[in-house]
Amino acid sequence: MIYGLGLAKGMGVTLKTLLGPSFTVQYPDRRVGIMGAAKAAGISTPGLIFKRPVKALRAVLGFERIAVMPTQAARFRGNEFTWYEDRCTGCASCAKYCPLGIIKIVTAPGGINMQEGESYAIETFDIDTGRCMFCALCVEACPYDALHMGSEFERGNYVRMDLVLTKEDLIAAPKRPSTWFRPQMEESAYSPFAETLEDMKQAGRHETPSVEQLTKRWVEDRRTDESVED
Amino acid sequence: MPLKTEPITINVGPQHPSTHGVFRMRVTFDGEEVIDVEPIFGYLHRGSEKLAESRTYTQIVTLTDRMDYVASMTNNMSFILSVEKLAGIVPPPRGVWLRMIAAELQRIASHLVATGFFLQDLGALGTPLILMMRERETILELFERLCGARITNSYMRPGGVFMDAPDDFWPALNRFLSDMPHRIDEYEDLISGNEIVAARCDGVAVVDSQTLIDASVTGPMLRASGIDWDLRHRQPYEYYNRVKFNRPLATTSDNYARYIVRIHEMRESLGIIKQCLEQIEPGPVRPETVPALIRPPAGDSYVGTECPKGELGFYLVSDGGVAPYRCKVRAPSLINLTLLREMLIGDKLADLFVTFGSIDINMGEVDR
Amino acid sequence: MPDPFDSILYKYVYCTLSSTDDVACVGSGLFGGGLLPGGLEWLAYVLTAVTIVAVLINAILGGVLMMIWGERRLLGRFQGRTGPNRWGPFGLLTPVADAVKTMFKEDVMPTVSDRLVFTAAPILMLFPALLIYAVLPFGAGTWLADINVALLFIIAIGGANVLAIVAAALGSGNRYAMFSAMRAVAMLISYEIPLVISLIGVLMLSGSLSLVAIVNAQTLPFFIVQPLGFFVFLVASMAELNRTPFDVAEAESEIVAGYMTDYSSMKFGLFFLSEFAATIATSGVITAVFLGGWHGFDPIPSQIWFIGKMVAVLAVIVWIRASWPRLRIDQIMNFAWKALFELTLINLVVSGILLLIWPSPSTPELWYMAGVNWVVFLASIYIFGKVLGPKHDPVAAGNIQSGITLSDSDAPAIPAGGGD
Ligand code: SF4
Ligand code: SF4
Repeated sequence: MIYGLGLAKGMGVTLKTLLGPSFTVQYPDRRVGIMGAAKAAGISTPGLIFKRPVKALRAVLGFERIAVMPTQAARFRGNEFTWYEDRCTGCASCAKYCPLGIIKIVTAPGGINMQEGESYAIETFDIDTGRCMFCALCVEACPYDALHMGSEFERGNYVRMDLVLTKEDLIAAPKRPSTWFRPQMEESAYSPFAETLEDMKQAGRHETPSVEQLTKRWVEDRRTDESVED
Repeated sequence: MPLKTEPITINVGPQHPSTHGVFRMRVTFDGEEVIDVEPIFGYLHRGSEKLAESRTYTQIVTLTDRMDYVASMTNNMSFILSVEKLAGIVPPPRGVWLRMIAAELQRIASHLVATGFFLQDLGALGTPLILMMRERETILELFERLCGARITNSYMRPGGVFMDAPDDFWPALNRFLSDMPHRIDEYEDLISGNEIVAARCDGVAVVDSQTLIDASVTGPMLRASGIDWDLRHRQPYEYYNRVKFNRPLATTSDNYARYIVRIHEMRESLGIIKQCLEQIEPGPVRPETVPALIRPPAGDSYVGTECPKGELGFYLVSDGGVAPYRCKVRAPSLINLTLLREMLIGDKLADLFVTFGSIDINMGEVDR
Repeated sequence: MPDPFDSILYKYVYCTLSSTDDVACVGSGLFGGGLLPGGLEWLAYVLTAVTIVAVLINAILGGVLMMIWGERRLLGRFQGRTGPNRWGPFGLLTPVADAVKTMFKEDVMPTVSDRLVFTAAPILMLFPALLIYAVLPFGAGTWLADINVALLFIIAIGGANVLAIVAAALGSGNRYAMFSAMRAVAMLISYEIPLVISLIGVLMLSGSLSLVAIVNAQTLPFFIVQPLGFFVFLVASMAELNRTPFDVAEAESEIVAGYMTDYSSMKFGLFFLSEFAATIATSGVITAVFLGGWHGFDPIPSQIWFIGKMVAVLAVIVWIRASWPRLRIDQIMNFAWKALFELTLINLVVSGILLLIWPSPSTPELWYMAGVNWVVFLASIYIFGKVLGPKHDPVAAGNIQSGITLSDSDAPAIPAGGGD
């Protein structure tokens, strides 16, 4: 064993990395060379040089950049929530299930739920995402598939209070529900990064209970089995 | 006339580049030589055990994520096994296989972090660490496909896992499995044969196996001293008795042995995942019967699992309520740290951090 | 005494300014020369010096910025990253942004510090690094001063930065800094000796201490003729520069930032600057002494050759930094005294014998010398590695058969269902 061979081998590994591609992802945009710029513009490299010399020059000088979005999985538990008001009954299962207790729900009687019939009207639905740990237990708890995790992650803010998602925020936000705990969305091959599901019907239901099932679940079972609490 | 010399005391941490979190040591040196070490911890104490007493069993899963945050899958698994034993829940096979796959992936990820930072402590300027982070990134991406989160997974639930793996998980996993052995070879080329690493690590911080057993040290640290103690083999939990794997053992019990054992364990984990893939079958991942609020009968349970860092066990006492009456964590990081003083005394200042890195602790788990 | 007009820099600027009737000046200089009236030759002399030094110092600063960028980019590539590429084209302005940031940072001075020493240390550190450039020949005729003791000057100046490190440590009154200073003193003094002796072989070959003469003597680059000397000089100068694997004085994973721990703002910036300036200067010395200086083939100007070789040396230094971990202080001292010192002695003896055989070697004779030297080099590295290297063979330990035992993969005895 010649002394120093291991050292040389180590240098070989770094040399191999040097010659290989870089595996880091540049975000939010990425610098491209002239070939990359041509590819991004959808024309050949000579075409770029002749048709858009300024752009080609910028690319050669290293000024050209194209936007990048890191790849995310469909189940990614995003930084915001997708909530369908029409589906929410105000049952507050989510609030009860949250380990941190950061969901605040105030309801009034007399609301209508599109799927379950009579329910509570939601007056307040605040989620303090500043303290949320995105464990998605609230999503798991929601019996009506009204609450979903979102897909965003760029919600940095200078003020903590701005991180509190109010009912209005939730309604106004683009609805890109994550497929976490929503197998029906996975089955329909929905990708949160390609489309939004503004209508709650598009988001589907885990199960579509019939009237009999609902009657049984909400009327008869309750009479017979008092121990079902949640 | 002899020169007047006096020992010098340095406060290392909690803010120091290589204390792996907020660990603090009051170290006394005689020149460059360590003559006394006083470990001080508790800077990251969040009272997880106490918090667990006021949370339901499912909610505690999120707490276990944050104990050893570079190995949350194995933490989840350890806790879930204890709950299942307490409540008498039998998970369906597919759930168990998925848990094993996740846990072995997590073991590789954790060992990558351990070795990477170990090399960082040795003074390698980031290259091994960054190369290892590259593979860890692949594993984290797999986790993201599996459960939507990369670090604080909360993937497992009493009775199995929360949801079956998505279809795009399996090809990605296969790609990883075929890629990873070459990567490990690359690390070995970069590190294992390096004369500087050998010079720095050979014969440093040697502890004999009896001391390790007396201090109830577990995990790679124990196996690096030649003791064949792996809970996956000794007290098989999950389906570990249905897979075949080697237990890498080293005999020298020095920093190099601890490093090399981890490297070899990564290869074995890959083998385990392959066997899991052969044996996994379609089916439910979570029994229908498990209620959302588990009320285990009064009693207690303890299941020790082989986590990347050693034996992790959750001792749960139930009084029949929705939350445990008491939850005690046997944290391998904390217990492996107990020999720190013995290992360090007599070594040089530079070896202080290397040894510390070779123990592979995680402050989130030490302080909980 | 060498003629100052040998330096084209001096000749050009001086002849532009002064209306001297020196024959060397005929027909050179801008605007036909003689900007200043006759009798003011002394002023021209002073102004020449000031101009050249100003240009050089700014060139050094530019070079340092380039090197910071280059090192970070290269290091990034060695690690599979991209490296800084945001500011300006290819990230070239990143070090400028860094410099601006450093300048506007708060200058913190610890209450326990000795203000005078604390402030003086960074300045002390910068001077030696800059002074080395005074004698570096950047190309044929492109030098500031061709003094006949240039090599001695470099060695003397290069040893001065240890003072600055001790001053910084004492001044800041920080224990990490104290550790760093102790390590630096021990290491720098030990490595000074092999550094000097390794140059003696070169001196015997070239017969002069002047860098210009040494470069002129290299019909064959001396790293071919003197492999052992080159190896020892490279290693020792990396130790002098505190570069990996000898960066114990500022080992960031051990003693935070060593003697720079308490420094901030531009004081820290000066340390940083001088470190990089010294690295570039040393690579220049290596180029001049061992790599044939500005020699190269023709269409490319000699200055480019010199800078190209310097960049190559710097790239190797960065490559090593990216690949290897750090040695421990006692191993570093062992290495200096037990390996490098002896290697230089061997080199000295062998070179002496070879010079007795071929007193004034022609190019083929240099090749014979190189052959003998390479044999000696490889043999001594092999023997020293055997004697001093780690006793336990690391590669065999990574091997499953010897170092690691894989216990038999019997199925575990205790039957147990999953997780119940
Ligand atoms: S994700 Fe977890 S922490 Fe956040 S609101 Fe839902 S249950 Fe609470
Ligand atoms: S659990 Fe679902 S339905 Fe109930 S309040 Fe929360 S979001 Fe609305």
